[in-house]
Amino acid sequence: MIQPQFLAVAPLTAKAKTSLFALDPALGVLDPQGPVAAGNSQILLNALAIMLMIVVPTLLAPLAFAWWFRASNKRAIYRPEWAYSGRLELIVWGIPLLVILFLSGVTWIGSHDLDPARPLAEEAKPVEIQVVSLDWKWLFIYPDEGVASVNEIALPTDRPAHFSLTSATVMNMFFVPQLGSMIATMNGMATQLNLKADRPGNYLGQSSQFSGAGFSDMHFVLRALAPDSFTQWTAEARKSRLALDESEYLALARARATSPTLFYGSIDRALFERIAARRLTSEAGPISAPARTIE
Amino acid sequence: MFGKLTINAIPWDQPIPLIAGAVVGLTLLAVFIWVVIKGHLPYLWREWITSVDHKRIGVMYVLLGLVMLLRGFIDAVMMRSQQALAYRAPGYLPPHHYDQIFSAHGTIMIFFAAMPIMIGLMNFAVPLQLGVRDVAFPTLNSTSFWLTATGALLVNISLVVGEFAQTGWLPYPPLSELPYSPGVGVDYYLWALLISGAGTLMTGINFVTTILKMRAPGMRYMRMSMFCWTALASNLLIVAAFPILTATLIMLVLDRYLGFHFFGNEGGGNMALFINLIWAWGHPEVYILVLPAFGIFSEVISTFSGKPLFGYRSMVIATLGICLISFIVWLHHFFTMGAGSDVNAVFGIATSVIGLVTGVKIFNWLFTMYGGRIRFKTPMLWSLGFLVTFVIGGMTGMLLAVPPADFELHNSLFLVAHFHNVIISGVVFAGFAGVVYWFPKAFGFRLHEGWGKAVFWCTLVGFYVTFFPLYVAGLLGMTRRLQHYDVAEWRPWVLAAAVGVVISGVGMLCQIVQLVVSIRDRVALRDETGDPWDGRSLEWATASPPPAFNFAFLPDVKGEEPYWAMKQRAIETQHLAAAGEYQAITMPKNSATGFMTAFFATVTGFGLTWHIWWMVGAGLVLAYAGFVWFAWRDEDEYAIPASEVQRIDGERRRAREEWLARNANVSEAA
Repeated sequence: MIQPQFLAVAPLTAKAKTSLFALDPALGVLDPQGPVAAGNSQILLNALAIMLMIVVPTLLAPLAFAWWFRASNKRAIYRPEWAYSGRLELIVWGIPLLVILFLSGVTWIGSHDLDPARPLAEEAKPVEIQVVSLDWKWLFIYPDEGVASVNEIALPTDRPAHFSLTSATVMNMFFVPQLGSMIATMNGMATQLNLKADRPGNYLGQSSQFSGAGFSDMHFVLRALAPDSFTQWTAEARKSRLALDESEYLALARARATSPTLFYGSIDRALFERIAARRLTSEAGPISAPARTIE
Repeated sequence: MFGKLTINAIPWDQPIPLIAGAVVGLTLLAVFIWVVIKGHLPYLWREWITSVDHKRIGVMYVLLGLVMLLRGFIDAVMMRSQQALAYRAPGYLPPHHYDQIFSAHGTIMIFFAAMPIMIGLMNFAVPLQLGVRDVAFPTLNSTSFWLTATGALLVNISLVVGEFAQTGWLPYPPLSELPYSPGVGVDYYLWALLISGAGTLMTGINFVTTILKMRAPGMRYMRMSMFCWTALASNLLIVAAFPILTATLIMLVLDRYLGFHFFGNEGGGNMALFINLIWAWGHPEVYILVLPAFGIFSEVISTFSGKPLFGYRSMVIATLGICLISFIVWLHHFFTMGAGSDVNAVFGIATSVIGLVTGVKIFNWLFTMYGGRIRFKTPMLWSLGFLVTFVIGGMTGMLLAVPPADFELHNSLFLVAHFHNVIISGVVFAGFAGVVYWFPKAFGFRLHEGWGKAVFWCTLVGFYVTFFPLYVAGLLGMTRRLQHYDVAEWRPWVLAAAVGVVISGVGMLCQIVQLVVSIRDRVALRDETGDPWDGRSLEWATASPPPAFNFAFLPDVKGEEPYWAMKQRAIETQHLAAAGEYQAITMPKNSATGFMTAFFATVTGFGLTWHIWWMVGAGLVLAYAGFVWFAWRDEDEYAIPASEVQRIDGERRRAREEWLARNANVSEAA
């Protein structure tokens, strides 16, 4: 039902269909491609650095103590009664306390600066994207552009993106490792996320919350595009003869399987609110044989 | 007649569970036939199955835990080999099977491997260290064990009859609700955990009562061994946390069986409620496991350093601190669920406070070694392996406790590596250390040192080779529970982890060889005196294996490390303290209550899983009848005559006197 119409859409490039092989190297959080990921990684490294100052000596000390105080070492002093020292106790409590004070500062400031719901400090108006996780695919709705897509998402590199996310079925997590912060998608609720891509590229997106038999196929491509290319992308999507209305959505939701990339040229703008408020629900159909995305 | 159960419940088309089930079934049958033919059945029934002796129950718990550890490990081998093969390929396990395996792996490892090993070691050692003859409620103790075995049995039945949950080890709704999990897998999970959870709660009540009310004369709180302290803290946590688990699972049962709407997508259900509740139990559960482990390391490091534990009071404070704080950190398991930044930050900081008190413990173990004369016996090697490895796991845990860092690492293989890092180095290493440490006390002979060290090195290296690559894969964005994947950058790390599993597997084999070799060489490895490690706490004061009554006279405790003081006095004066007048000792009688209750609980659980209502009714009535029958019994104790006590204790004293004489010669020669 979906397949023939899909073929009517001119794909952007031959690579764009569903293949993940066109992705940029998936280096995850070690390769931040946007301000949020950079912030996440920076905090990770800061916290690591703070802790390594105490962890490295603590790792070496048991080995050193065990070696020096081995029973056969006659040069080591033996203090069979020694079990208390006020001064050492002070150090024992003091050093970890200092470390966690530092770390708590990082935690408090970081949690507020990098709150997923907090708008990014950017001049440009964010692109609004509504995300619905389905069994086992992702639906992305662009209410302002009037288009929607499945398993492919595009962002312009000159504007941040604001995501509202919900789930038509079970819990999932929306995660593009190279852009940073993941967030849960849950039925009957809408979560918020703000991300930005700094450079053009094709990044791996995935669900990071196990969601059933088709979970391993529940990935998507995030295309970070130069402003012109993004406009072109939305224009191409708008050419699709598919319309995302209630019946089309329910058909998509009912098919419990992964999906090839789809584009919708027109959308029902109230759809997301109705899904998030549980006013448009679909029963869980039978599980289709898990499809492989590999050609 | 049989509810949802039909002949098709057996997965005829899946050779792996079928063959595995057949092998296990035939092995069990063979063992049973061997036991019957050799005439061991009455002995097994009398001395083990119906025993209410805390030492026997402890041994059975540990045995159950080790067998389930093997089962969980086989699951791990399948998962790692599937991921090694499933790069741009389907691998050999379809999602339906693979998802059951990782769910069963987690469930079995936590509930039926780690918990029984820890509870078993507490059962064995705590009454001995307190200087008493049994726990507060011996028959309840036996029932606790057999209910745990029921849970383990139900999970393993699901291998061949029906299916297990495909939801992960914590069945998050709505995935675990009927529309998305219509099969019996989640039901097996629920009833296995509800039944064994009741057993665990009874263990908690039993041990809190024992430690608070049943110590030897003079054994004040601040004279208890560190293991008793951590056992107390752990059991307090059980009493406080397990009811939350039971309530949460019952709510899911109501959703699935009676159409309630606690957590589902309909009727205002809210999955976040389940996730909060399950972690309000789940985080304390981590400390239920790791606190007794800390106790074991405290005993081992102090014993093999030849010194008292450094900073005893700090250790007690840190233990109780962990006990309290563990209840206010649960939200760090779901920072990515969209709670506000204030909430996330508060829970992140609370989590780091646990890092503080754990850090205190690490330093105290270090200073316990300082100025010691360290003997590198196997339990000490496990402890050193723990100190180094656990610090790394603790550090990665603290990283995950910083919400913005967790936002990119949550549910990744980095998380998987982290919790295996702390649970393997904390709980599993402690379990092995505890088994080697107390084995001579339980059976009267030591385990073979050389093979023990082989186990240690294989397990340690296997751990690092398996999980350090997974840390990297997680940093590269690889999420957990993938049945297949297409990303080239992840592949080398997944392959490396598979190599690590092979090394760990060699460790498992060495474990079995160690046991066989030790039993073969048991005469050479015999522990004559009851004090094989130059121990410091009261369990070493009695014979190995201890008599049913543990101590002929309850020890008179005058300070910390009571046995060490007794031993020093004996060495100084060159003879043992004089024995008093022997008296008859009454001990609780054997009881089949636990076994029978658990048997009918198994029937009930199976019936509930498959909706076989007559079976549920019959099982419940008979299980209830079992303990009514127990409550009406006339005699519940038997007396060991004074002459028998004298004979048994006489042997112990003779061995000790000989040791003293030998020792005196040695010191004169030196």
